[in-house]
Amino acid sequence: MLLGRVVGRVWCTVKAAALEGKRLLVVQPLTPELNNTGKPLVCADCTGAGAGELVYYTRGREASYAFLPADVPSDNTIVAIVDELHIKRGASC
Amino acid sequence: MILARVSGTVVATRKDPRLEGKKLLLLRPVSPEGKPEAGYVVAVDTVGAGSREMVIAVSGSSARMAEGCKDRPVDTVIVGIVDTVSLDSPAG
Repeated sequence: MLLGRVVGRVWCTVKAAALEGKRLLVVQPLTPELNNTGKPLVCADCTGAGAGELVYYTRGREASYAFLPADVPSDNTIVAIVDELHIKRGASC
Repeated sequence: MILARVSGTVVATRKDPRLEGKKLLLLRPVSPEGKPEAGYVVAVDTVGAGSREMVIAVSGSSARMAEGCKDRPVDTVIVGIVDTVSLDSPAG
């Protein structure tokens, strides 16, 4: 799972039936120091995350498990909203 | 999922029998602002996307969870046609 920040939203009228009612958010991946890293991606959301929130998301096949027992075709899913993040100063991440 | 723009079609007569009847489209990944990015990918279309439309595509084994793709040899599937992308602040 990786840290990211919600930076936008995607709206689709026509989509796979299994994605009906699922929020699709644009997420910018972050380093543990909260610097941007890599390109923004589109994530399904099962937490109700909002604009600008720090979240973590899961990738790959496991991303669809967030919606079990439904089979949702998602390869990136936001699975939690981060409350706090503690990093030991000087720790290598 | 990635954002991409449909940039062409792929026609294949000889293919795995489990791909028969599937529409194959050529996608060019784009940024949330709509700017083209590097690379191309061939994707199976499950939503009826057309030329130049912006779409979202699922890749990897999650792609097989899309409708009609169970147990088929696909790793990228178009699962939505994008109406709008709204950005709260410039990404990247």
